[in-house]
Parts: sequence; structure tokens; C-alpha cells
Amino acid sequence: MTLPPTPGQTIGPFYGYALPYPGDSELVPVSDPDAIRLHGTVYDGAGNPVPDALLEIWQADRDGTVARAEGSLERDGWTFTGWGRAAVDGNGHYSFTTVLPGATEPGAAPFFAMTVFARGLLNRLFTRAYPPLDEAALAQDALLQSLPEDRRRTLVATADEQGYRFDVRLQGDDETVFLQFPGA
Amino acid sequence: MTETDELAQNAPAADSDSALSTQADISGEIAGTSADYERAGRDETQPRLDYAPYRSSLLRHPTKDLHHADPETIELFAPVFGHRDVGAPESDLTIHHTGEPVGERIVVTGRVLDGDGRPVRHQLVEIWQANAAGRYIHKRDQHPAPIDPNFTGVGRTLTDGDGHYTFSTIKPGPYPWKNHYNAWRPAHIHFSLFGTEFTQRMITQMYFPGDPLFALDPIYQAIVDPKARERLVATYDHDVTQHEWATGYHWDIVLTGTHRTPMEEEEVQA
Repeated sequence: MTLPPTPGQTIGPFYGYALPYPGDSELVPVSDPDAIRLHGTVYDGAGNPVPDALLEIWQADRDGTVARAEGSLERDGWTFTGWGRAAVDGNGHYSFTTVLPGATEPGAAPFFAMTVFARGLLNRLFTRAYPPLDEAALAQDALLQSLPEDRRRTLVATADEQGYRFDVRLQGDDETVFLQFPGA
Repeated sequence: MTETDELAQNAPAADSDSALSTQADISGEIAGTSADYERAGRDETQPRLDYAPYRSSLLRHPTKDLHHADPETIELFAPVFGHRDVGAPESDLTIHHTGEPVGERIVVTGRVLDGDGRPVRHQLVEIWQANAAGRYIHKRDQHPAPIDPNFTGVGRTLTDGDGHYTFSTIKPGPYPWKNHYNAWRPAHIHFSLFGTEFTQRMITQMYFPGDPLFALDPIYQAIVDPKARERLVATYDHDVTQHEWATGYHWDIVLTGTHRTPMEEEEVQA
């Protein structure tokens, strides 16, 4: 039996008092010795920051295991749940405190799975943020291999002082590659 | 170039919050897209991302095709939520303050299913909504309708072992917005949903049957297939209505299909 899916709708402008919660973007405490920052800015097609977007990430733990623990909404500081949420600030900037995901299989390129919501965006968008670490694994990655070079680089984060920067461009020349999964 | 010239150049139709268009303009654009869709004879299930009548979408929709990808590793799983995350009182939006909220008390219930009709068990459902007067508790909501000190309009719950969810709340009112002159949103409740895989994550809006604003609303009409957009409209259900207490609505949500193989499924269940 295959049922037709319920359509999505925009998150709208008023999610700010409903979806964000204390600790939402801190998958690990800043004091974790492995803590890194994953951050960036969401831009519209005119190159202006989008001040009303919400991003979520879902990732493997540092050793590559997929977390099956509850507690993302009430973090205890010790349990890695693999999931976080960050509303952008007035400058369109988001920031997660997390760890680098490990390879889920030997040789696989780890990535942050990311969902993008915004006012003006009629349905959520999926993308991936790859840390720029294992060049050999990145070169072997099926998704990255399927993209031309100028599109490929929109999915690879860049290292900076605190961690990794990953900007999201909803539209335009450097538009981020957004994903469509089968059956969606 | 003077500053005024620059402003003029930078203020095309993409000025998303301007109230330059009339409802007739917007309705005309909606009708045009609708006619094109019927002629094309396709079967769309999701909203258009590029839908000009919703002005804020002009600069915020991808212009390149979404890239087809097979979900891998982490994308085949979803985050886990539990009673550590969500308390039982969070599903009753009418008891979060000392007094009773104003408005029509309602119960909204239904199931979350995957594309194969299987229940999505023990998963998080989040909602948020305006109060009975059409006002959100949000600093950006400038609509001069009363705030209800007894209503916040935010709820959470976990589906049960058969995918059922239930919220008790107040029927939200319609409210004006700045898409065009005299623009009004049909009454709705925002729903945020997770499945058993990352690929099923979605946010949507539930509407109420018979709303006279449906035909006028570019967000609802961005789902150009009439059958598809009707899937966002709850059904009045007298079996859900509670004697001398609340009227009842039923709304099931179907997420997109799943991709895990039976072996991966066993690993998750183990």
C-alpha cells in the first residue's frame, strides 16, 4: 500500500517562540574536548542574509555510531543524541556546538545531514555539510562524485578558527545543492 | 547614481513585504498557475517552491533542480525522542496558565503514518498556532488583536504505539499578513513532524474545513493540486467531540516513503 504524502508548508515567521529551546544547538557542551563549531549564514537570491530561517542537523557520533538516545529536547550534557536545531540570528547566522561525525563505514566521507526551513520557503530543503577532512573519502563519495566541481563545493564546509563554516545559499550562482530523496 | 535611483533599482517585485498587489492580482496569478497545472496533466503532491503569488518565496526558492540522491547512513535513521523530552501536559495547550483561554475549545487527533501506511511510533509532534483572535505570542506579530494571557499556543506530544497523537487546544483565528493588500491567512495550526528516517522530516500546516479564505491564500494554493492541498484540511469528527467540553477534528499525516532495507530495519528494532 502506498499512500500519497501530506504536503509540506512554510514554517512561516512565527516559529521563534515555539521551536527553539534552551540547548537546542548544543549537541555537546562547549567544554567537551572534541567540541567544534558548525556555523554559517543563510542567504537569499539577492545575497542578503535571511533573518528568519531555522536549521536542523542530524549526524553520527565521533566514532561513527548513529545515536539512538532520547534527550535532544532536555539535554543532560553527557548523552550524545546526534540531533540539534538552530534558529538564525538577525544577521542570518546560525551556530551549532557539536563534534565531527565519524565515518559510519570504513572509508565513507562523514557529513552533517541538514534540514533548512524559512519564511518564504514553501517546503523544507535537505542538504549535506561535509567537513573538509578526508580528501580521499570525499573524492569517493557517491553524491559529491555526481556533481560538477562548482556545485560540489557548495556542500563542503571550510575550516576556520573554531571549527567549520557552512553557508546556505537558497538561490543564485552559488546556490547550495539541495537534495531530493526517492519517493519524496 | 543617487541613493534614490539605487533604491528604485533595488525595489522590484521581489520586495517581499510590500503591499502593492491587490487580492485580485494575487487571485489572477493563482488562477493562471492552476490552469497551467490542469493542462499539464501531472500529479504533484507537494507545494511549488517557486510560487510568485507568495511574494516572500521570490528570492528564497532554489532555481536549480533538486539533486536526486539516495539516502545514505545517517539519513536512513531519525532522531529518537522520549518521555525525557516531552511531558504529558504539553499536549494540552489550554492548561499552561492559571486561567482558561478564550475561544472555542477543540481536540485535534489523528495518526502519523509513513508512505507504506505503517504507524510512526513514539515520535515527536510539535505544534504552534495563533490564539482565537488570530494573534501569535511572538514579538514580530503586530496584528492589533488581543493577546490572551492564558494561551501561548505551543504544544508537543509523542505518538503512541499505533502512531496516534492528540492535542487539546483553542481554535485559532484567521489573521492578516503583508503579502498583498488585505491579505488574510486561513486559520491553521503549524505541525512539525519526524518519521523513522531523516528524509521524512517535514513541517506543514493543518487547516479547518470550509474556510472561505482557502481560494485567496497563496500559501495554501502553492500546492497546486486540489487533491493534494485538501490533505491539509482536517475533518470535523463528532466521535472526537467531547460532551459539553470540546469539538473534535481528525487529521492524519502521511510522511514520504521509507528507504531502509529489511536488514537495516532489524538493526533498528533490535
